Amino acid sequence: MDQAAAVAIHRDLTRPVLETGRGFYMTLAALGTVMAWALFCWGYQVYHGLGVTGFNRPVFWGVYIANFIFWIGISHAGTLISAILRVTQAGWRRPITRCAEAITVLALMIGPMFILIDLGRSWLFYWVLPYPSERGLWPNFRSPLLWDVSCITTYLIGSLTYLYLPMIPDLALLRDSTPCRRWLYRTLALGWKGTPRQWHRLETAISVMAVLIIPIAVSVHTVVSWIFAMTLNPMWHSTIFAPYFVVGAIFSGIAILLLAMSILRKSARLEMYLRPVHFNNVGLLLLALSLIWLYFTIAEYVTTWYGDLPEEMAVFRYKLAGPLAPYFWGMVACCFLIPAPVLAFKKTRTIAGTTAAAALVVVGMWLERYVIVVGTLTHPRLAFNWRDYAPTWVELSIMAGAFAYFAFLYVLFTKLFPIISVWEWKAGLPSASPPRPSPGATLSHEPLPR
Amino acid sequence: MPQWGMVIDLDRCTGCNACVAACHAENNLPIAGEEEAAKGRSFHWIRIERYIEGEYPNLKTRFIPVLCQHCDEAPCEPVCPVFATYHSPQGLNVQVYNRCIGTRFCANACPYTVRHFNWFDPRWPEPLERQLNPEVSVRTKGMIEKCTFCIQRIRKAADLAKDEERPVGDGEVQPACAQSCPTDAIVFGDLSDPGSRVSKLASQRRAFRLQEDLGTQPRVIYLKEGSE
Repeated sequence: MDQAAAVAIHRDLTRPVLETGRGFYMTLAALGTVMAWALFCWGYQVYHGLGVTGFNRPVFWGVYIANFIFWIGISHAGTLISAILRVTQAGWRRPITRCAEAITVLALMIGPMFILIDLGRSWLFYWVLPYPSERGLWPNFRSPLLWDVSCITTYLIGSLTYLYLPMIPDLALLRDSTPCRRWLYRTLALGWKGTPRQWHRLETAISVMAVLIIPIAVSVHTVVSWIFAMTLNPMWHSTIFAPYFVVGAIFSGIAILLLAMSILRKSARLEMYLRPVHFNNVGLLLLALSLIWLYFTIAEYVTTWYGDLPEEMAVFRYKLAGPLAPYFWGMVACCFLIPAPVLAFKKTRTIAGTTAAAALVVVGMWLERYVIVVGTLTHPRLAFNWRDYAPTWVELSIMAGAFAYFAFLYVLFTKLFPIISVWEWKAGLPSASPPRPSPGATLSHEPLPR
Repeated sequence: MPQWGMVIDLDRCTGCNACVAACHAENNLPIAGEEEAAKGRSFHWIRIERYIEGEYPNLKTRFIPVLCQHCDEAPCEPVCPVFATYHSPQGLNVQVYNRCIGTRFCANACPYTVRHFNWFDPRWPEPLERQLNPEVSVRTKGMIEKCTFCIQRIRKAADLAKDEERPVGDGEVQPACAQSCPTDAIVFGDLSDPGSRVSKLASQRRAFRLQEDLGTQPRVIYLKEGSE
């Protein structure tokens, strides 16, 4: 490989890790302020009780559960997309896989937090874990919530591994070439030397994880949807929910990935690496998912409407023509009507165009979660109990805090680790040459050619 | 073992709410207050649902007291992650307050919307806090509660019968709602005993169960003549 090119790549991709500007601290401070306020709000809620929210009978769930589904959905960005791209050996994946995998892991830390926040007695959350206790009880594995605990835990461990494995050569690179945080990189690099044997093992491990993570990711949003679909409630009890949720999850995941790419491109000066072709390709993926999402949405709502069961129609009307109508039609506009044309035409499928479309999709998918959760709960089967719901400042503050927390963790991640995989990028260069006999640790990042 | 059940005769119910008040007093239900009640957070383990038919002035108001139906196939039971709600051998749908962590999944799964959540710690305006029933535990914030069929009264009657080495007699257990009903519309007893009053009423031609088509197999049987 051209030595000069390798040096340039190394410099560009590790620059965000090594150079810290004022913007970084200001961003962290701003995000930290929002997080601190949200933390106060949560404390307020725990102290006084869930009455400080807008919940009532029958709307026992609201913004928190909508956020739970939303964030678990976001987590499908990553691993699933990067796994699919790896398994299909799409060459253009190289600059976006780690970016996507990091989203997965961090979103998986945010999502389950909302279950914790939503609990009436948060301090007893560990009772859902299977461990021998003085109560002499296992958790109830018939409950879809336990399926969630199991699947999300598996997914978190799996996606952490999947994020970590391809990072090892880059960690060794940082260990050998940076003056700062040596102890961190030395520990995490696990003694990586870049021998052919190590390369062989690493690539095998990555391939295995890429295949394994796909069914795990699918299972996660399937069981999330089953929290709703396994009840008898109108417009929840639907067989389409599992695939509908999985599609929605991948859809919102791709959107947040595009947003992250767009922000990183500017803030980390990665214009040379995140090029229009990447936005074009991911934009096309987003378009495909938008169409599949529309298809599922139509299939779900048209069958309900044609069936015309009174209980179902009460929810249906509340969503499409009642107080939830702005949310519902906002969702349709944000998930399909506006982004689909933008993404369909090559002229508008630019970096700015795909970013704008992605931002809308993120909003639209959040609205979808909200409409699904709240729509059904406001209209239980016994009409005497119908009631509206509106979130309070506590719920909205905690939600804002979660978004800030996610951004905070992501900024921190880009500071500690190269957000674009250095060795994978090098391996993708057309002139990538076979590895030379390893003269020392400086070449530890050179991969084996395919 | 007795299989507890209830019959509510809608042709007798006047919608007077005596059962609601009696239940409040017997089971230490918190008083939500005007403001919270307006937000939909009132506590009524039994409530009188009112449905108004027709246009003014030709109105017809129908009442139906709704409480936990103690379903044999209860949708609330399997969804609880911590076994806070389960089915007792005597057919009661039991809520174990101490186990509840407050997911509220059961409340959302219940097709009858009879489960109540403690949004705050319980409050009673003066002097109601002095009349708490010592035989019923007071719930704290963050947990679900609901009708128990006055399990404390069932226990008491069962204990007494055991001491006297005899089965619990028909009519010996009276939940607060049944006891206070001025028109005797609510009858409680052992559905497994064909001779009990509740069994005889339940086998009437007027009998139906609420949302029977859901397959929840409720233990509360309503009586109603066809539309007049």
